[in-house]
Amino acid sequence: MWWLGVPVSDVMPHEPAVTARPTPAVLARVDATPEDGRSAAPSLRFDRLTATYGERVAVRDVSLECAPGRVTAIIGPSGCGKSSLLRCVNRLHESVADARVAGAVHLDDQDVYAPDVDAVDIRRRIGFVSQRPTPFPMMSIRDNVVAGLRIGSRRLDARALDACVERTLRRVGLWEEVARRLDDDPAALSGGQQQRLCLARALAPEPRLLLLDEPTASLDPLSTQRVEELVYTLRGEVTVLIVTHNLQQAARVSDTTAFMLDGQLVEAARTRTLFTTPADPRTEAYITGRFG
Amino acid sequence: MDRQLPVGERATLLARRRRSAIMTSLVWCASAVCLLPLVLITAHLLIGGARVLGPRFFTALPAPPGVAGGGVANGIAGTLLLLVIAAAIGLPIGLGAGLYLAERTRTRLAEAVRFLADVLSGLPSIVIGIFVWELIVRPSGQFSALAGGVALGVLMIPLITRATEAMVQLVPNALREAALALGYSRARTSLTIVLRTALPGIVTASLLAIARVAGETAPLLFTAFGTPYWSLRLDAPVAALPLQIFNYATSPYDDWRAQAWGGALVLIVLVFALSWLARRVTDRRRERLSSVVAGGAGE
Repeated sequence: MWWLGVPVSDVMPHEPAVTARPTPAVLARVDATPEDGRSAAPSLRFDRLTATYGERVAVRDVSLECAPGRVTAIIGPSGCGKSSLLRCVNRLHESVADARVAGAVHLDDQDVYAPDVDAVDIRRRIGFVSQRPTPFPMMSIRDNVVAGLRIGSRRLDARALDACVERTLRRVGLWEEVARRLDDDPAALSGGQQQRLCLARALAPEPRLLLLDEPTASLDPLSTQRVEELVYTLRGEVTVLIVTHNLQQAARVSDTTAFMLDGQLVEAARTRTLFTTPADPRTEAYITGRFG
Repeated sequence: MDRQLPVGERATLLARRRRSAIMTSLVWCASAVCLLPLVLITAHLLIGGARVLGPRFFTALPAPPGVAGGGVANGIAGTLLLLVIAAAIGLPIGLGAGLYLAERTRTRLAEAVRFLADVLSGLPSIVIGIFVWELIVRPSGQFSALAGGVALGVLMIPLITRATEAMVQLVPNALREAALALGYSRARTSLTIVLRTALPGIVTASLLAIARVAGETAPLLFTAFGTPYWSLRLDAPVAALPLQIFNYATSPYDDWRAQAWGGALVLIVLVFALSWLARRVTDRRRERLSSVVAGGAGE
């Protein structure tokens, strides 16, 4: 139970620093290698990334660095390219017809878009939760949780899988609610429960990078709180990139916040700094509610 | 409530109600007329078929004219054999093509396949019979169960292709992306997530397609050909219910014509059973898919 072993404050030794274009500053690294020797949370770096759908440019020349083991929030009005940026990390962007990517996304030192990199390998290392719940129908709740484990080369016996199901569902606060109906169809769950199930499904393979695309957009306040608490507990162990419409949420859960507008990164800074003393007037206009 | 209304408005209300009643009864009549042929056919079949129907009818081979009794046992078995062969050909090809159409919507090949599937489903079934006759019967020199099964299978392909395409397209794209994001390969996403999600709908469509071809007669005339004897060999003519009905009904013997009604009744019951099964699967699918869509996996 590695995520319970270390108090959150211990794995957050110092404040991270993030700068926007043109040159990403070298960031203070959080040394979060767990004792059991598994890989540490990776750093995530966007290098002059441009993403297009046919003629339409969704993300324009974005450079941004996300510190390992930290939570980075991306905020901005609808259609500003937040989700597209996120979807470039696990190469979901390219699954859309006519979608193109230029520039690079580095996971630690590996370019996700290098020619010898297989998108499927990359995706197995990255957790992803979309805006609306997407439990796999025709699959039990239990099978949904371990869906990501079943595809790897690892062979897990039934007991290990059961243990993983319980551990992961407890993590997302769903265990008490579904323990008695693990073999049911997830369609019977409420929207909030379904979304937490999807979060469990993303966490079960223990990814070191988690991408959350407005994960609480369709959730009730209580479920939202649970998800935010979970994100908080992941600090130090997992690098989290979260896209959100909800400024309060960004302020609550993130260490650094990036503000995007019309596909461009306007500003990225420590969350407290960005919300109190934004450097760019457009950021200030947005966070004070003048548009978007 | 209308007691409190002023006189003028009350008249309007009454007029509206009258118009509503007239329209409702018109629509009701249309539905009744629509159902009438089915009711009449079923009633007629029940009356005509019940006379010959008995345990012997299902277990005996056809009797020569003038001999009492006789049944359609070989026809029932033959029809089932033909349907199995047809499904073995039509299902995999139809499923594969449908999946391709849904996942590669806009390629030129997809457009061509879609168009050809539509043409194929509009083709008179007797033309498919001639095609299979050219393809199998003539080269092999004999009518056969295989040829009949292939003819029915070809008929099934476009039905299953278009149904699979429609069902797979109902699967929310977010679900596809969720599987991809989890590290599923494209093929695995299609087969284990997309196809599995669409499966109840595809099963329904397949059952309906089987029910549809079960009653086909024309393509069997010069492929399966029919036989009064018991045979389940693939390389020999095989009996089929529609063929027996056709032969009996056009014969000059009264007892054979009576048997035709019995055979028709059995065939209709078979088709009803398949359709009913299809409906049951569909209801469950609706429940599931609607809850997923309501859960918000749209777009």
